[in-house]
Amino acid sequence: MTSLNAMVAAVPYGGPWELPDISHLFEMPTLPWLDFQLFGLELGINRTILIIFLTVLVSMAFFGMALGSPQVVPGKLQATAEAAVSFVRDRVAIEIIGPEGSRFVPLLFTMFVFVFLNNLAKITPFLMLPPTSRIAIPGFLAVISWLVFVGVGMKEQGPISYFKDMAFPPGVPKPVYVILAPIELVSNIILRPFTLAVRLFANMVAGHILVVITLITIHAFLVLGPGLPVGLFALVASPLVFGFELLIISLQAYIFTMLTAVYISSSLHAAH
Amino acid sequence: MEPIGQGLVFGLAAIGPGIGLGILVGKAIEAMARQPEAAGMVRTTMFIGIAIVEALALLGFVLVFVIGG
Repeated sequence: MTSLNAMVAAVPYGGPWELPDISHLFEMPTLPWLDFQLFGLELGINRTILIIFLTVLVSMAFFGMALGSPQVVPGKLQATAEAAVSFVRDRVAIEIIGPEGSRFVPLLFTMFVFVFLNNLAKITPFLMLPPTSRIAIPGFLAVISWLVFVGVGMKEQGPISYFKDMAFPPGVPKPVYVILAPIELVSNIILRPFTLAVRLFANMVAGHILVVITLITIHAFLVLGPGLPVGLFALVASPLVFGFELLIISLQAYIFTMLTAVYISSSLHAAH
Repeated sequence: MEPIGQGLVFGLAAIGPGIGLGILVGKAIEAMARQPEAAGMVRTTMFIGIAIVEALALLGFVLVFVIGG
């Protein structure tokens, strides 16, 4: 981000410059004094990790204060936190999984709050980088979701018959099973976590690029150089971009949680 | 050749989701016009469908940056 800014700021002074790689928007330098080595990997704390720390602290503080000592007649803070929990419990868990959904509410609520707050850093001033746009984070959330729905399926229906029911759904003529079984197995076991991760990742990457390019356009055209029409257009478009990104942020957090609930429900109730 | 490839990746990836989204939202509008009482539920389901279909177009957009520069 700093080298992109430096290049944009250097534009009026002439001289050669080339379009920076898109990874400049996502790969941040690490804090130099905290670099350490682990199993041959160079690890460090960079902006992405610091933003995750911040969102986790904010959510722990908010829900700790709001639901720490619950009163029978809730005050405003407790009512807000209870509205959020009851949204995940009633509209996502119980509506999709059924009455047994209550025991998955902690997992679904944690996923929802984590994904929502980290997505929200995309449009928060001074943060401006969603940690969920680095593939490791939605990747690992999808791995957790995958472990939960395969584990619940194996526990409810027995390990062998879970995969057998998935690969050979009833009501299909016998020769079609040769094609259908691999497709069903791959689509349910491999593609489900993959698309879950990539959907969140791609939405956040595209949104981050959009927000950053809009703001850089405003800076480069209005502050640094001429070009009033383009700069003014970007200035007028920036609240629309922020509003659209807010919609996408909420929608993607809800979709991630809801699809995890749908997969858990399809493991619990042998649909066939 | 690489810019041609990058352009083709997103261009071709956007055809299917474009048609899919058009059909989806059109059917949702039709459903809301036929039964206005169900408009809330139809609208919620439409947004869920949009998010799932849009994932494919965005996957193409991200692949443009992954395969080159």
